[in-house]
Amino acid sequence: MDILNLTIVQLREMLKKKEISSVELTGYYLDRIGKYNGELLAYLRTTDDYAMDMAAEADEKIARGEDAPLLGIPLGMKDILCTKGVETTCASNILKGFVPPYDATVIRNLKEAGFVHLGRLNMDEFAMGSSTENSAFQTTSNPWDTSRIPGGSSGGSAAAAASGLCVAALGTDTGGSIRQPASLCGVIGMKPTYGRVSRYGLIAFASSLDQIGPFSRTVSDCATMLGVIAGHDPMDSTSIPEPVPDYQSFLGKDIKGLRIGIPAEYFVEGMEEGVRKNYEDNLQVLKDQGATLVDVSLPHTRHAVATYYIICTAEASSNLARYDGVKYGLREEGKDIIDMYKKTRFKGFGKEVKRRIILGTYVLSSGYYDAYYRKAGKVRTLIRHDFDEAFTSCDLIVTPVSPTTAFKAGERLEDPLTMYLSDIFTIPVNLAGLPGISIPGGFDAKGLPIGLQIIGKPLDEGRILQAAHVFESVKKVPTIPERYR
Amino acid sequence: MKITRETVEYVAHLARLDLDPGEVDAYTRQIDSILEYMDSLNALDTNGVEPTSHPVPVRCIMRDDVEKDSFTAEESVNNAPARIDTFFRVPPIIEVEE
Repeated sequence: MDILNLTIVQLREMLKKKEISSVELTGYYLDRIGKYNGELLAYLRTTDDYAMDMAAEADEKIARGEDAPLLGIPLGMKDILCTKGVETTCASNILKGFVPPYDATVIRNLKEAGFVHLGRLNMDEFAMGSSTENSAFQTTSNPWDTSRIPGGSSGGSAAAAASGLCVAALGTDTGGSIRQPASLCGVIGMKPTYGRVSRYGLIAFASSLDQIGPFSRTVSDCATMLGVIAGHDPMDSTSIPEPVPDYQSFLGKDIKGLRIGIPAEYFVEGMEEGVRKNYEDNLQVLKDQGATLVDVSLPHTRHAVATYYIICTAEASSNLARYDGVKYGLREEGKDIIDMYKKTRFKGFGKEVKRRIILGTYVLSSGYYDAYYRKAGKVRTLIRHDFDEAFTSCDLIVTPVSPTTAFKAGERLEDPLTMYLSDIFTIPVNLAGLPGISIPGGFDAKGLPIGLQIIGKPLDEGRILQAAHVFESVKKVPTIPERYR
Repeated sequence: MKITRETVEYVAHLARLDLDPGEVDAYTRQIDSILEYMDSLNALDTNGVEPTSHPVPVRCIMRDDVEKDSFTAEESVNNAPARIDTFFRVPPIIEVEE
C-alpha cells in the first residue's frame, strides 16, 4: 500500500471504507518523522499526543458516518500560524515559549475539516529569508541533496512535503516563500490571491503582501487544501467576500485554446542554463496540450525586488514593534522600559530580522518617507498595471520560479542582496496581489528540482489548478527522492 | 555613501534595538549597498501615479458594534514574562524626580 502516493481524496475513501484508520495513518507519518526528521530537521517540534488524540477523534467521527474534506488527514503547519495551546515561535528566540490563546482562522477551518496536527515546521525567522537559514533554531536540509538548502521562508513545509513527512502542509508567501521552496524541493506550492485566505492568526510580516497557502505532492491535494482554507473572514478586513469555487471541479479539464503569456523580462542574467532549458521544454509541453503561447511584456519587472524590499521592510518594522518583552516571549531586564525594549529586541531577534527592521524604519522615517516608501508604492502600481495589461492578451502567465536550483548551505549568507535576488520571479506576483503556483517541472543535471510558475488573474486559482493538473498528468515528475520513498 | 554609522545608530534607537559595534558596521555597509540598489527606482517617472497600499481593492470594511466574546484577563496575560495578577509588570516608564 503506497500511502505516500495517495491523494487526500483517495485517503478519505480508504478511511471511509475502514481500509485504514486515522490513528494508523497518523502513526505512519509520526514514524517517518521519527526516522527522517533528524537528518532533515524539517519539523521544529512534533505534537505526538495531540496528533494521536485528534486522529482518535477523527476515527470516532468516521465511525459515526461523518464526512469532511480533511477528516483524519495528518498535516504539518509552518510555525507562524497561531494554534491554540501549541507553542508558536516563528523560529525566533523572541517568541520562544509563546502559546497562542486562539486559533488562526485557517487552523479553525482545518479543524472543522477534521485534520490531524502533526507538528510545527521550520522557517526563516519571522518569514524573512529565502533559505530557512535564518531560523533561530535549526537549518533544514533539502531532501534532494542534504548539503543544500530547501529554500525559504517555508523551507520546513517544503522539505516535509517532499520527503513524505506529512500528507501536505501549510506555509506562507510574502515574496515567494511558498513558491520558491516548493520549486527547490520539487513539490507543489501555491500562493492564493491576496485576500483569498484570511490572515487572522497569521503572525504578520508584511500585511499588504502576506498570504497563507498549501504545499502538496499532487495538484488534487493543493485543490483540496485551498478549498478548506479559502474564504471570507470577518476577522480579517482585507479578506475578499467572493465565494470559494469547487477547486476539484477544475481538474480533468483540458487547456485547448488557453492563452499562455510568456514575459520577455523573465529571461535574466544569472539564470542557470538548466533552468532556462527546462522552462522552454515545459512551455512546449503546454503547447502540445493545446495551449497557445503569447508574448507579453512586464516592463517594470526589474524594479520589483527594490520595490518589495522597501515595502516589506517598512511593514515589517511596524509589525515587529510589538515584540517588546511585555506581553509574551523573551524578556531581558533593563533599567527602564526603553532599555528593556532595546535589550530584549537585541537578544531576541536574529541578524536578518534586525537588518530589515532598521531598513524599514529608515525608509519610513521623516525625510525619507517620500523618497522610498511612497515612491515604492507608486512603482508597485506600475507593476500591477503591467500584469493588468498583459492579462488582456492571455489567460495565465507562465514563468520560471527561481533563477537557480537549490544552492549549498552557507553559500549566500555573506551578501544579503544576493539572497534577495533569489526571489526575482516570485516577488512581482505578491506586489500585484495575484495568485501563483509552483509545480514540479523537472530536474537539472545535478538532479535538483526545477519549478514552473503559473500566475493567474485575481481569484483565478481554478484555472491555474486546471493547467497545473494537465501538466502534472503529462509530465509525471516524481515528488519524493528515492531515499525517502 | 548613502547611510552613515550615526544614522544606523539613530534608526536603531527609533526601532528600540540595541546593536553591538560589529553589527553597526556590518549593517551600515549592507544597508548602504541595498539603498544604492534601490536608487534604480528614481529612474522611473511616477508622476500622477497613486501608490498601491492594497493590491486588491476592498472598501473600508465596517461591522455592527455588537458585543462578542473575547479573551479573559487571565488568558490575555498568560504568556507574560512578568505579571502581577492580571497586569503586565514592566520597569519604570515615567522618570521620577528624586
